[in-house]
Amino acid sequence: MSIIAIHKCSPIDTLDMQQMVPKLARVKSYFSDAPDVSTLEVEMADGVPVNYAPGQFNMLTVFGVGEAAISISGAPNGARLIHTIRDVGAVSHALTRLKPGDLLGLRGPFGIGWPIRAAHSKDVLIVAGGLGLAPLRSVLYHVLSHRVKFGVVTLLYGARQPEDILYQSEIAYWRESCEINVALTVDHADVKWPGRVGVVTQLIDQAKFDPQNTLAMVCGPEVMMRFVAAALVEREIDAENIFLSMERNMKCAIGHCGHCQFGPNFLCRDGPVLSYEKLRPLLKVKEL
Amino acid sequence: MAAEQASMLSQHAFFKGLAPEVIDLVASCAQEIEFSAGQYICHEADQADQFYVLLQGHVALQISSPGRGARTFLTVGAGEVFGVNWLVAPYRWTYDAKALDDTKAVVLNAVCLRHKCEADHDLGFELMKRVMPILIERLHICRIQLLDLYLKQN
Amino acid sequence: MTDINVLTLDDLQILLENLREDGHALIAPQLQDGVIVYDQVEGLDALPRGITDIQTPGGYQTHKTEAPSLFHYVVGPHSWKKFLHLPELQLWRANKRSEEIHISPPEPPSVKTAFIGVRACEVKAIALQDKVLIHSGVVDGAYKIRRDNAFILAVDCARAGGSCFCVSMQSGPSVEGNYDLALTEILTPNHIFLVRSNSEAGEKILKKIPHRPATPEEIETGQEIVAQTAANMGRAMPDTNIARLLSQNLQHPHWDTIASRCLSCANCTMVCPTCFCTTVEDVSDLKMEEFSRERRWDSCFNLDFSYLHGGAARSSTAARYRQWMTHKLSSWIDQFGTSGCVGCGRCITWCPVGIDLTQETKVIYDDQLG
Repeated sequence: MSIIAIHKCSPIDTLDMQQMVPKLARVKSYFSDAPDVSTLEVEMADGVPVNYAPGQFNMLTVFGVGEAAISISGAPNGARLIHTIRDVGAVSHALTRLKPGDLLGLRGPFGIGWPIRAAHSKDVLIVAGGLGLAPLRSVLYHVLSHRVKFGVVTLLYGARQPEDILYQSEIAYWRESCEINVALTVDHADVKWPGRVGVVTQLIDQAKFDPQNTLAMVCGPEVMMRFVAAALVEREIDAENIFLSMERNMKCAIGHCGHCQFGPNFLCRDGPVLSYEKLRPLLKVKEL
Repeated sequence: MAAEQASMLSQHAFFKGLAPEVIDLVASCAQEIEFSAGQYICHEADQADQFYVLLQGHVALQISSPGRGARTFLTVGAGEVFGVNWLVAPYRWTYDAKALDDTKAVVLNAVCLRHKCEADHDLGFELMKRVMPILIERLHICRIQLLDLYLKQN
Repeated sequence: MTDINVLTLDDLQILLENLREDGHALIAPQLQDGVIVYDQVEGLDALPRGITDIQTPGGYQTHKTEAPSLFHYVVGPHSWKKFLHLPELQLWRANKRSEEIHISPPEPPSVKTAFIGVRACEVKAIALQDKVLIHSGVVDGAYKIRRDNAFILAVDCARAGGSCFCVSMQSGPSVEGNYDLALTEILTPNHIFLVRSNSEAGEKILKKIPHRPATPEEIETGQEIVAQTAANMGRAMPDTNIARLLSQNLQHPHWDTIASRCLSCANCTMVCPTCFCTTVEDVSDLKMEEFSRERRWDSCFNLDFSYLHGGAARSSTAARYRQWMTHKLSSWIDQFGTSGCVGCGRCITWCPVGIDLTQETKVIYDDQLG
């Protein structure tokens, strides 16, 4: 049924479709991190810089294919729109196939990011699993460029196999800088791998931090985050000082489509970063 | 009645070779319990104050993740036991356990057991001696599973 | 207390004509294929005079009565959301010329509407969608413009529907809140309509049509009609903090019991006047030169609604039913400060297997008490 206009009425304001319509962006550079993972840097076609906070995400559109939520993974001089993308579906596949100069659409940034200010004067413990290092990299960059504001800074990172380790040259740089403690492990490896094999929770025991004065940020597969958070609580870090970046299906990113709900939280606007204090009872419920 | 439990326990493989007085001690922490097929016995992150000695039926030990749902990493059956997190603080289950069919078990109250073990180290040692081989075997099983031996090699 | 005036049938017809002359497309209840739906009308004649409805869990029937009433039925499967939060909407268009892509937002709609015969529960439902789509952060421009240009002519319910429970959800039967004009239909001794206004637009148009002040007897008759309706509700939610009851029982075995009946057909979400979930689809032509993003209603009952990492986060029917009911009755309160349910009963009537959420809540409530 269609509504037939009987009388045209007097001027109606243009629609306020802000944040629902993408802006044009261009791929600036492209790097292949792993067989199914690439990092894209994009810049806005109108040249206007986009300010974001570590932990926020953008909605990237490949014209004719679709849109996906990709976390921004920061860069040394801040405000560079860098996204690490894993090929897991039609849109991410298309994103990982874009080349420098290609046009795409961008909406964002969206979401509540990592509580960096709350971590001032505290020890910072960053625990990443797999692609979870991507949204945490911005935190590491921020912390390193304001190093004096933070206490002991530790990165614990677990990947599936050695070839899946992200940002390898940066990890080497962070290790050498001696400004942060880095511990790495992989789930599987062949004999060529000289490092640790095991799960990332095992790295927590050896990490040095003052539990009474630590802020932990965790990102990775949900099962990994559940067990890491539990292990951190066991190490006497308060649940309200442990933060997880949650993931659910996202469509609108503005709290209107309902898809990203996790319990009562719209992950696009109440998250994706939430405290373990809030998440713990929800994580216990299967298929929430 | 504790005597009934003691009788059931003494017939179970886990308690084989344990002196009757010791079994009685353990039985005072015990209770019979039944689960119907599909019923959850415990949930991940819940307080782990139970040790289950299975008499009949099969139980799936599972971990659940969004998008993949619940995955069973091990099943246990009659003559076996499950639940070891009651031995180690913070005493929390690290998996879900679901009865696959109608299941009968003796459930041992872990708080009760832990007290008794602290009071009587011989009892403690006997229990640990029996739990250890199971854990070691499960660890070995886990390693073999991890190796994904059947995965197609390219 | 607002002034209460009286309109005759003729006055009401003049009111509608005024609304039309003012540029409003009139949307009103109509009987189509035995069902009361909302569609465009030209005047009062199109309204389903004398028609009444019988609603039960999973059942809906209409039949003709001798009563002259224009509003002798309650709500049907349509709600006003189909005119405000459109079932299908283009979010943007883009085209590619040589190496340039130009993106444009959609054209604003160029029509005003007047909703005729909006029930108390529906006025509240519209206010609830306003909360989600206008007052909770980002404004949905397409919704707002249609909302700002919708005149609401509401009507108090003169009889309780078979499935509804507005009293226990505090959303009726008397119209309150954000409306322009509200009527109470009285049949005896004369067929008149008490009318009250609650906005400038309502006042303005009332001034232009013939009306007279209501007598104290007429006002009392109106109040009795509404009181009768309130006293005859067929069901109610348990008198307890439902939000807390449900959020504390997310792993209750009763969800599986409901799931054994639920077909996850999504009817409830389609007919619910407050359900707002949508999905998007990107469309292009074969030459990959014209693109658009189309938004349409979605339902949390759909398997791919919660698609994540190769599967649905909520793959079982139990998880999806739980999501719908706990969102509506519990999470809504955390998110928007109010329950999402207005007690209109549509989900009960239009569920093919007649699942009644008041009943299901009661089962969990009784279990907690016991």
